Amino acid sequence: MIEVRRLRKSFGQAAVLDGVGLRVGQGESLCVIGQSGTGKSVLLKCILGLIQPDEGVILSQGQPLDQAHFMQRFGMLFQGAALFDSLSVWQNVAFRLRQRMSDRAARAIALEKLARVGLGPETADLMPAQLSGGMAKRAGLARAIADDPAVIFFDEPTTGLDPIRARSIDSLIRGIVTETGATAVTITHDMASVRAIGDRVALLQGGRIVHDGPVAAMDQAPALAKFLG
Amino acid sequence: MNPLRAIGRPALRLTRGIGAVTLFAARGLGGLTPFPARAILAQLLQIGWLSLPVVGLTALFTGAALALQIHSGGERFQASDVVPAIVAIGMVRELGPVLGGLMVAARVASAIAAEIGTMRVTEQIDALVTLSTDPVRWLVTPRLWAAILSLPVLVAVGDIIGIMGGWLVGTTSLGFNSATYIANSWAYLEGWDVLSGLIKGAVFGLIVALSGCWFGMRSGRGAAGVGRATTSAVVAAAVGILAANFALTGLFFR
Repeated sequence: MIEVRRLRKSFGQAAVLDGVGLRVGQGESLCVIGQSGTGKSVLLKCILGLIQPDEGVILSQGQPLDQAHFMQRFGMLFQGAALFDSLSVWQNVAFRLRQRMSDRAARAIALEKLARVGLGPETADLMPAQLSGGMAKRAGLARAIADDPAVIFFDEPTTGLDPIRARSIDSLIRGIVTETGATAVTITHDMASVRAIGDRVALLQGGRIVHDGPVAAMDQAPALAKFLG
Repeated sequence: MNPLRAIGRPALRLTRGIGAVTLFAARGLGGLTPFPARAILAQLLQIGWLSLPVVGLTALFTGAALALQIHSGGERFQASDVVPAIVAIGMVRELGPVLGGLMVAARVASAIAAEIGTMRVTEQIDALVTLSTDPVRWLVTPRLWAAILSLPVLVAVGDIIGIMGGWLVGTTSLGFNSATYIANSWAYLEGWDVLSGLIKGAVFGLIVALSGCWFGMRSGRGAAGVGRATTSAVVAAAVGILAANFALTGLFFR
């Protein structure tokens, strides 16, 4: 379980996060939505330790988050996939695995994960520049799940994809989260993704969470209705 | 505004900046465990081997032009026979390291800043952190050490080619005898002349790679941000080389 309490982060005079509180249960899939510039990615980066919050605590299993330990247990799919340009697809997927096992063993796992996201072995030796946007997202997803993480973060997983590819990424994510039982936190502004991926949805507005409830009941939530216009 | 404050603020900013760059360099140089042999070799190829043509050509033309200048100037006081010695000393002490460093700065500092800057704006550096990897150890350490190791070799090659450039002009258009030219080049050259140039090369290598890495890691968003980082890296590396050259020359030869 991950819990965020009273998280605050300002850049200059602008308070991007103004006392955010959130809780994600074990095996739960939470979607955080909000307009562009409301601090969704900043919230994610604070949880991941990429940005130092000004105030607040982040707990894992009720204990203050040990960043080094936590890093070993989570996977992350970046908005643009963030594959390393200088490494081939399989080396990207097996990046963390290669730090503790032979290249041969790591490659075997990488091929398995690539197959799970619908990429055949012929893609393994390609360089990221040779992949389409959808293939890069899938390779990024394979890297995120390569080490069987307990928690997976998705930052705008469908941004930049056409609707058909976006829905196929959604169903892949849902399938992986269900299969592995991993806890998932997805940052998105794509409501179709929220319906496909999420168990719960939280709306970030004005630096605070103004709605937090089940996806099944989101159509009845006044705050969400206002957000969706 | 209080004049003391007007001086104090930039002074504090400068001191903070120097401190931050020094700590960054120390972290970069210290990230050698486990030893990144493969990454350093790859960077030796990029920084050292691929810079050979540009450094060689620069040295060749510089040595040749230097020979013409010294011959022309030396004729005014009947000293044109000092051409071989002055070309050799000038190349190994000053022109080899400085011009080699500047050419590598133009080629390598910009490439490093652009590569790391692009990695920053495409979140590849954040991805490294989330994969439990220190970006400084992964990206900065191999580049710093490869530049420190390869610049002295480039300087040595540039020195030889520069002296050969002088010899070429001396023997083909200034009337020098080939054997005499070579003998005079060696006769006045001391070990410390060569060694000081190689030490300068290593320092310039550190400056070049450090500038590229520092500005790349702090690149702003988008293509404009990477462009600014690249320009800043080259300017900082070039100015740093010239300033360090002055300081080292004062230290070595006063």
